[in-house]
Amino acid sequence: MEGSVAYENDLNLKATELRLGLPGTDEREEQPVRNNKRPLQEADEKCGANGKSDNETAPPAKAQIVGWPPIRSYRKNSFQPKKSESEGPGIYVKVSMDGAPYLRKIDLKVYTGYPELLQALENMFKFTIGEYSEREGYKGSDYVPTYEDKDGDWMLVGDVPWEMFITSCKRLRIMKGSEAKGLGCGV
Amino acid sequence: MESSKLKREKDSQISDELNELRMESSELKKARDSPISDESYRRSSFPDEVLERVISLLNSHRDRSSVSLVCKDWYNMERWSRTHVFIGNCYSVSPEIVAQRFPKIRSVTLKGKPRFSDFNLVPQNWGADVHAWLVVFAAKYPFLEELRLKRMTISDASLEFLASSFPNFKALSLLSCDGFSTNGLAAIATHCKNLTELDIHENDIDDKGGGWLSCFPESFTSLEVLNFANVTSDINFDALERLTGRCKSMRVLKVNRSISLEQLQRLLANAPHLTELGTGSFSQELTPHQYEDLESVFNNCKNIHTLSGLWEVKGLYLPALYPVSTHLTFLNLSYAVLQSDELAKLLVHCPQLRRLWVLDTVDDKGLEAVGSNCPLLEELRVFPADPFDEEIVHGVTEAGFVAVSYGCPRLHYVLYFCRQMTNAAVTTVVQNCPNFTHFRLCIMTPGQPDYLTNEPMDEAFGAVVKTCRKLRRLSVSGYLTDLTFEHIGRYAKNLETLSVAFAGSSDWGMQCVLAGCPKLRKLEIRDCPFGNAALLSGLEKYESMRSLWMSACNVTMNGCRLLAREMPRLNVEVMKEEGSDDDGRADKVYVYRSIAGRRRDAPSSVLTL
Repeated sequence: MEGSVAYENDLNLKATELRLGLPGTDEREEQPVRNNKRPLQEADEKCGANGKSDNETAPPAKAQIVGWPPIRSYRKNSFQPKKSESEGPGIYVKVSMDGAPYLRKIDLKVYTGYPELLQALENMFKFTIGEYSEREGYKGSDYVPTYEDKDGDWMLVGDVPWEMFITSCKRLRIMKGSEAKGLGCGV
Repeated sequence: MESSKLKREKDSQISDELNELRMESSELKKARDSPISDESYRRSSFPDEVLERVISLLNSHRDRSSVSLVCKDWYNMERWSRTHVFIGNCYSVSPEIVAQRFPKIRSVTLKGKPRFSDFNLVPQNWGADVHAWLVVFAAKYPFLEELRLKRMTISDASLEFLASSFPNFKALSLLSCDGFSTNGLAAIATHCKNLTELDIHENDIDDKGGGWLSCFPESFTSLEVLNFANVTSDINFDALERLTGRCKSMRVLKVNRSISLEQLQRLLANAPHLTELGTGSFSQELTPHQYEDLESVFNNCKNIHTLSGLWEVKGLYLPALYPVSTHLTFLNLSYAVLQSDELAKLLVHCPQLRRLWVLDTVDDKGLEAVGSNCPLLEELRVFPADPFDEEIVHGVTEAGFVAVSYGCPRLHYVLYFCRQMTNAAVTTVVQNCPNFTHFRLCIMTPGQPDYLTNEPMDEAFGAVVKTCRKLRRLSVSGYLTDLTFEHIGRYAKNLETLSVAFAGSSDWGMQCVLAGCPKLRKLEIRDCPFGNAALLSGLEKYESMRSLWMSACNVTMNGCRLLAREMPRLNVEVMKEEGSDDDGRADKVYVYRSIAGRRRDAPSSVLTL
């Protein structure tokens, strides 16, 4: 917001103007930060004209310096966006644990794989999950993580590739005790 | 890696022999010149045949250069026996001069554009076109076997010319080049019957489809090295499978992203003797059976010591690599978006690692794992996954750098991109690893001070040059005053390459470097407050250097003109910005020594003064 609005001299609207900031401070707004991102201290005035190095007329502050950081262009083009930054709504699913008074909800997109997800569940409900193996499910604990898939079936977490899991998981349930044993062992 | 170490040992043995010969020869000369000469000196103890034999064993071009300076006899013996010529700046000499001096060349390495062209600081049509060289080579070196180009422009027409002019042609390596398309590659594949090596690495290629790979004839079986990792479009997999099947001597295979895991497995089943592998995308959905096949094929590849690729890698499938990991000496994960725990799990299986390249998504924790698992590590490169996003708070910090240094005392090469660093951390790192030869630290925000103390990073780089006496290459970053450059000038006596950006306070900084670093060969500077006084303080120095680059500094056209006038054997080129006035700032200056005079192929935006 520039202070470019004209004020009627005699009304002195400025004195009664509502604005953010301590009383007595001046509203004068700084220009958008120079695109060259030089440090604020000892800004060498001679080099201040760095901004002319090929930058387009800058939208505030975010324009980049040509050739900086010094990364070769074939590297820049090589990456997909990181999973944690992918746009779009998260995949929120309810998580229930046998014996817990209320359910929780988590966003599956936040995790990059099973180890992270299981760790998060362990932290959330304060319990430990056993070791996963394809043959025997989760050994070493009374708790077994399961999920309901698109077909309505209750599945053991960890059997299918992660990408397939997050697209087919509708809700999670951490089973406990005898019910868990039935599902977890060599069915 | 081992064979190059052996070569170096052999070279140094030969260097020792040469030194003895050199001393003998100079004593001989002294004896001849002195009026009283002893009988025993009249006969040389080393007949020419022995000398020729010794010289012909020399591989290092630097040793050969030294040899050729001893006397005329040695110069001639050397030039007749040289088979490989290395030209670090294609404009420093002309192809005619090269051909006249060295009649028996079979292998050429040529480098063209200044390194900052990698970062878009050099205009597109700047030059370094290889064609004029090829024409001379076709006439003078019809038996040319190898051509290795870096930062040169090569057109499809040139590639076709190459393919049809040299019947013995064996090895083509293009690194960071431009000007050609996949059609040019097709010409090479079609016509080079004796090709053993095709290494197309990190170039700016006009991609016209993957049909080029299918151009290798069915009768063609000699390929040993095939790297098309950065040639992006889909190739015909059947053609590739047949090619690798019939090329029984293939030892290096680096495929592009279009190759799936399943396809990779089929390729490896046919090529168990590979020593270097670049995988395609490592992320297909595999059934357990397919996964087992993959594991077993890796189990059979006992010779793989270098691994790269791994685009879109799924952490889930990394365990398939464990059979190969135990022998790995070079692991390039710089395309693989891995988290710290995934990297840690993999590194447990890589105890022999000498070189590791990673993305900063592995965080400091991942680097701690490097320190814990890779005691033999000599080289570490950490690349930023999101270099242009300032909102990012992850990445590696000084903590990761220090952690690696504690676990890897043999570290001598580092390239480290980070968003924060401290003087104390760098000082600790070089105390733990005093053998750095290459120290390239990039703090990504220009001019950023020590984030804890807010001091300049002068102390850090001072520690580097004081402690690492073997330092040959240094890239500095962060907020730096002239003090850094005083340190460099005073201590960095073996420094050959220096890169500086957004640093220094005055001309004095650059003057210190030019006056103090006797072995300096390449100096590249951008966005620093160095002006004419600094530029001109290096007048005599530039003739002993390969090149100087200065951009966005305070050098003016008049300063450049003065330099050009005083030093006629230097080419002083100024790249003009559009619309800038002629007598003002010289925005981009490139100075290099040359015995070929000014170049005739400069575009209109480049002024040779």
